Amino acid sequence: MTAQSEAMALPVTTRKQRTLWGDVWVQFRKHKLAMFGLVVIVLIVVSVMIGPMIYTRDPEYIDFSVANQAPSLQYPFGTDNLGRDGLSRNLHGGRISIAVGVVAMLISMFVGSLIGALSGYYSKLDGPLMRFTDMMLALPLLPLLLVIILLFRDTLRATFGPETGIFLLIVFVIGILNWMPTARVVRGSVLSVKEKEFIEAAISIGTNENTVLLKHVFPNVLSPIIVAATLSIANAIITESALSFLGLGFPSDVPTWGRLLYDGKDFMTFTPWVVIFPGLFISFTVLGINFMGDGLRDALDPKLRENDAACQSHLKYQ
Amino acid sequence: MGRYLIRRLLTAIPTLIAISFVIFAILDLAPSDPTGNLPLTIPPEVKQQIRESLGLGQPFHIRYLKWMQQFFITEPLNILEETTGITIGDSESRFRLRSWQTRGPVIDLIVERMPQTLWVVGLAYLVSVIIAIPLGVISAVKQYSWVDQAGTIFSMIGFSVPTFFTGLLAIIIFSVHLGWFPSFYDTTHQVTDWESFVFQIKQIILPVSVLALFQTATLNRFTRSSVLDNLPQDYVRTVRAKGFREYYVILVHVLRNSLIPVVTLVALGIPTIFGGAIITEQIFRINGLGALLIIAIQGSDIPVVQSLTFIFAVLIVLFNLIADVIYGFLDPRIHYN
Repeated sequence: MTAQSEAMALPVTTRKQRTLWGDVWVQFRKHKLAMFGLVVIVLIVVSVMIGPMIYTRDPEYIDFSVANQAPSLQYPFGTDNLGRDGLSRNLHGGRISIAVGVVAMLISMFVGSLIGALSGYYSKLDGPLMRFTDMMLALPLLPLLLVIILLFRDTLRATFGPETGIFLLIVFVIGILNWMPTARVVRGSVLSVKEKEFIEAAISIGTNENTVLLKHVFPNVLSPIIVAATLSIANAIITESALSFLGLGFPSDVPTWGRLLYDGKDFMTFTPWVVIFPGLFISFTVLGINFMGDGLRDALDPKLRENDAACQSHLKYQ
Repeated sequence: MGRYLIRRLLTAIPTLIAISFVIFAILDLAPSDPTGNLPLTIPPEVKQQIRESLGLGQPFHIRYLKWMQQFFITEPLNILEETTGITIGDSESRFRLRSWQTRGPVIDLIVERMPQTLWVVGLAYLVSVIIAIPLGVISAVKQYSWVDQAGTIFSMIGFSVPTFFTGLLAIIIFSVHLGWFPSFYDTTHQVTDWESFVFQIKQIILPVSVLALFQTATLNRFTRSSVLDNLPQDYVRTVRAKGFREYYVILVHVLRNSLIPVVTLVALGIPTIFGGAIITEQIFRINGLGALLIIAIQGSDIPVVQSLTFIFAVLIVLFNLIADVIYGFLDPRIHYN
């Protein structure tokens, strides 16, 4: 008898335990475009991280004897008007572009979720914080970005050195001007989560308010934050490229994808490869991230609408 | 409705004041000096006088209030005078908002640049609305069909590939290799006869399609998801049960309801038309408002930058309000109180 019941219980206990992230992964894998996006992103990130270690040609080495070479075996991405190697410039540029995207995303997610959570959870703060968010949304972003960067560029360069200074400035400004959609999404989710029974239960057993917010509300609004985070990396990469493209981003000795486009655009009639490769890198990165964001949204929360962060914020950079 | 409108207008005022303050304050921190480019032979006293004549050298709050006065009272009065021909008060001695680069009034610069921007960006917006809405409806009605799949990929490409790449690519392909269209937009071109008209069409095609690709993407996805929200609703089933044909169900009932959020999105996008497509204008060398802003930023022409950014902000606030009002007008279920 006991042996029999043990045998019956066995399949139940040995069944693989399912976790939230396991389920998300199962859902995510079904989304073909999202998997495509993931593969593209992994490829780009890996080649940008490891590539320069294998392909060790100096991105800044000027050699006029090989200027304006078309892509060949020796120079897979061709060379620019100063004979600098295209592939190595693109790989080094990718490191900076992706770093800008990730760090700016962290800043905007931190500010956005903080403001969203506070204004959703504490009804006293809701009015002023949302008024502030609305005001920030009404600011014309690209002009302001350009102006701020122009004004503070020299000061920061002097204090932190040319490369770090401009990196900090760009990342900070993009982060600080892009948190508003996240704040709105987080606020909406917090508002609906805080009415649920388990929150009432947590409060009724005497949990203090900050613990409720951090331990019970926050994990439940994580999925919209993750989706917004993914899309905001893409947004930050586009913004940085747009700034560099207007000549107001990184200086020309720091190649980013946007800067390569800006430097190459005057020569594109004779040497189109100097703009095509960085352009393709930007486009594939952003496309991959957007597909991934789509898949994550479907996997994490099918009820989320598709009209949020991405569409709204992209409208501004045309 | 009327009371709601008044309340919204009243709350818009503090928002705009706050924005104007932010814009003024950020620009005021500018270390640049408009007299910095003058020849060194000019003695410092004269430079000081020039600075004062430009309205500098006074404390921050006075300059802010003066700027507000120029922006909200002097310039509107001047526009009124120019359009009606009536002289109001002492119009000659008014202290106008002047550009530091051209020394001319900022308003004249803006008026000069406006038509190019409105033409190119406005046309692109119109084209994208005309393409996006039908495409979005078809995508939703025939969900997962090849039209829908193609629409999805097209939209994803549209808003992932930035205009500064599509623009350059379009120039490489269509003007360098194929030679179909000119690679830049000639704003001095006058349409006088058929041939010049054809040239105008040719030169406007590239910038308009680059912009339209980008805007269509967003609008198309939005329309699709809005129609998809409406299709499974009860009223749709009722109309079908009554025996109406499918195209009637879609075009009369579903479309009307799903266009409500789309119309507001279209209204929200209108400020970007005036704001000019900064990047596209750079690529195709259109001397519109976006190009004016870039020139002003590079030359640290503070009055122009301040006025332009503030005008953009006013437009954004205004069209937010208009979108809300349209929403309430189209959807009587929304009550304003």
